[in-house]
Amino acid sequence: MTLSELGLEDTGPDRFDSVADVRAGLAQVGYLADDGIAGVVYLADKLAKPVLVEGPAGTGKTQLAKSVAEYTGSRLIRLQCYEGLDESKALYEWNYRKQLLRIQAGNMIDQGDADAAEHPDGPTWKELEENIFSEDFLLTRPLLEAIRADEPVVLLIDEVDRVELETEALLLEILSEYQVSIPELGTVKATRIPMVFLTSNNTRELSEALKRRCLYLHIDYPDLEREREIVRTRVPGITDELADQVARIVRSLRTIELRKLPSVSETLDWARTLVVLGTTTIDAASARDTLHILLKYQTDIERAAKELLTAPD
Amino acid sequence: MLELLSGFINELRQNGLPVSLTEHLDAAEAVHFVPLEDRDALKYALGATLIKSSSHWRAFETAFDVYFANRLNTEEATGEDGQAPGEQPTEGDRMRGEGSGGAGGELMTPEEIAALLYRALMAGDTALMRAVARQAVSRYAGIEPGRPVGGTYYLYRTLRNLDLDGVLQRIMAAVRPEKGAGGEDLSPLEERLLGDEYRLRIEQLRKEVEEEIRRRLVEDRGAEALARSVRKPLPEDIDVMHATRDELADLHRALRPLSRKLAVRLARRRRHGRKGPLDFRATVRRSLSTGGVPVDPKFRRPRPHKPEIMVIADVSGSVASFARFTLHLVYAISSQFSKVRAFVFVDGIDEVTSYFEGVDDPSDAVHRINTEADVVWVDGHSDYGHAFSVFHHKWGDEITSRTSILILGDARNNYHATENWVLSDLRQKARHLYWLNPEPRDYWGSGDSVVAEYANYCDAVVECRTLRQLERFVGDLT
Repeated sequence: MTLSELGLEDTGPDRFDSVADVRAGLAQVGYLADDGIAGVVYLADKLAKPVLVEGPAGTGKTQLAKSVAEYTGSRLIRLQCYEGLDESKALYEWNYRKQLLRIQAGNMIDQGDADAAEHPDGPTWKELEENIFSEDFLLTRPLLEAIRADEPVVLLIDEVDRVELETEALLLEILSEYQVSIPELGTVKATRIPMVFLTSNNTRELSEALKRRCLYLHIDYPDLEREREIVRTRVPGITDELADQVARIVRSLRTIELRKLPSVSETLDWARTLVVLGTTTIDAASARDTLHILLKYQTDIERAAKELLTAPD
Repeated sequence: MLELLSGFINELRQNGLPVSLTEHLDAAEAVHFVPLEDRDALKYALGATLIKSSSHWRAFETAFDVYFANRLNTEEATGEDGQAPGEQPTEGDRMRGEGSGGAGGELMTPEEIAALLYRALMAGDTALMRAVARQAVSRYAGIEPGRPVGGTYYLYRTLRNLDLDGVLQRIMAAVRPEKGAGGEDLSPLEERLLGDEYRLRIEQLRKEVEEEIRRRLVEDRGAEALARSVRKPLPEDIDVMHATRDELADLHRALRPLSRKLAVRLARRRRHGRKGPLDFRATVRRSLSTGGVPVDPKFRRPRPHKPEIMVIADVSGSVASFARFTLHLVYAISSQFSKVRAFVFVDGIDEVTSYFEGVDDPSDAVHRINTEADVVWVDGHSDYGHAFSVFHHKWGDEITSRTSILILGDARNNYHATENWVLSDLRQKARHLYWLNPEPRDYWGSGDSVVAEYANYCDAVVECRTLRQLERFVGDLT
């Protein structure tokens, strides 16, 4: 779908010039993207398509959206998905109380106002209906808000796999056409195309219809160099040797069969802890004492300690 | 380019990857924005637009590498030669110059290759590794032009000659004194970290060799022909009974998220599936706020439905890999149902429910079942009839109308008595009786297979050879 097909005159300036530009830009705000991530973000901008980001927990899926927003100076609008999310929480809702007040106020005006002379019968039903179903009475929810925003916006739809299959359909119109249809008002079209990120932890298969409308990005655990760089940028005061050691140990941990592999955010927590504790090099004792920050299951901790810290038989 | 792209998409579809028309259009548009000479960028662009599931990525990658192996070569070659002039050519670059002379050029001796390999691994130099891979393939693979093979054998032959395990040991031995020069020995932690580092480098080398072989094969026979031979089934379509070791590892990886996915789906369905009966009192109480009109009926919370499941699995040699796999599944569903009991048999039968209790890792349980359970009665060949009659004798009384029974096996009974009266009786007592058969439907009833006879007493006999079929069955079960 090209921009002209979407019927938009002003789509705003391009956010990025090249893939390298994406990488450099994200690095400025402390997010180290690899080629795959930068490439997909660049394409998403060019093709005006949403990005579906999948991957293990704690690998920076949500952070990617935040960083893109920060770098491009856009407002981040976030829709956290959960089971039972519906239209009135995601798209829009009519403000019933205000509508009710308006109707009652209309009656009162009838009874003693000067205007009443012009409207001997009070406001007609039609007038009233047009009146109470106008924008003044509309409560915008994240999706509609992202569409109506005048400033550049990054829309983050977080953990989209948590909503039911049926609710996914709510997203389809906004993802492919960047518009929302409100029966009483008509169609609200985006003035500027927001960048849209959807994240999923892959607890269920998303519908084909949703996937088809998105670019797909799988973020896996980073390789050694990237993880080391991430640790160095995100943990102030860490020495290069310690960062290197942290990254190496985490990489080795990920080769062991564990219930829950350590994620990048846990790596960072661990590195921070080590810095606070004043550790300069990790030895068996300090590793054993702090392993519980990386691993969240007792069995995992025991297994990791056995595999890493004791001599092989 | 557009033609090339349609060809590639065709190839993906041949691989069984679902690619829709919209995705094709997206890809066609995406290629405008990436420089074509940059292979990786092209790969990511196509991947993002065409592939919508991480488990399909590997199949995509293989197809991409084969399909675009030679078609983009011209650009790649110029890209590599156009290095910054000030840059010192590394050793690897020089090697590449020599190596690309082709298979017929000056070959290095095995000693030279070994020395070079050692150096490449120690330094972790990618260019050097590629050169080694090239040399090694020329030297050892012995590629015969025109043979319609996928290259697995060539890979095996090359790697066997390189003796990577031996190299790893030598490297570790060499590194140890160097690092421990401070006087003390390496701690186990450091040792492990170093080991992992070099193991990864060797893995990288293996990939280089694989790629090199693939490149040669494409040169030899063209991309279409090769694509046909390297086509691999997606993880969910792998036949469990005939999976290779690598494929089994793939399956294993796919199984873990699958069991979680199933658990989530089952839980969700159980939560939403049923409404309880009308709560009359509460409905009347509520109707007071609407003037006595029961606008908003209130229902009682549904009583949790407590199905019991008994799984009876054949673990004899003929279906061993399938049984392992199903036992993993038993573990997955046991977290969702209030009562799951597992039995395994060959010609004797034993209950193994306790092995799953309080175990975090299903592999442990499966291992213990395989070593400890008492399943052999006479000779260790499947005897369904005997196993069933023992089951009936020992546990038959515990089957109630809430019990669903799942039997897993190929029903190859080695011409023993079938004792099908047991199933007939079980069928009457239990709520459901299902049979999952890991054999292709065409083989049923051939030779000593008695599945047809048992089928008379089952609610359904289901062919269950792949993850996809299994997933569908469990999905329909509740």
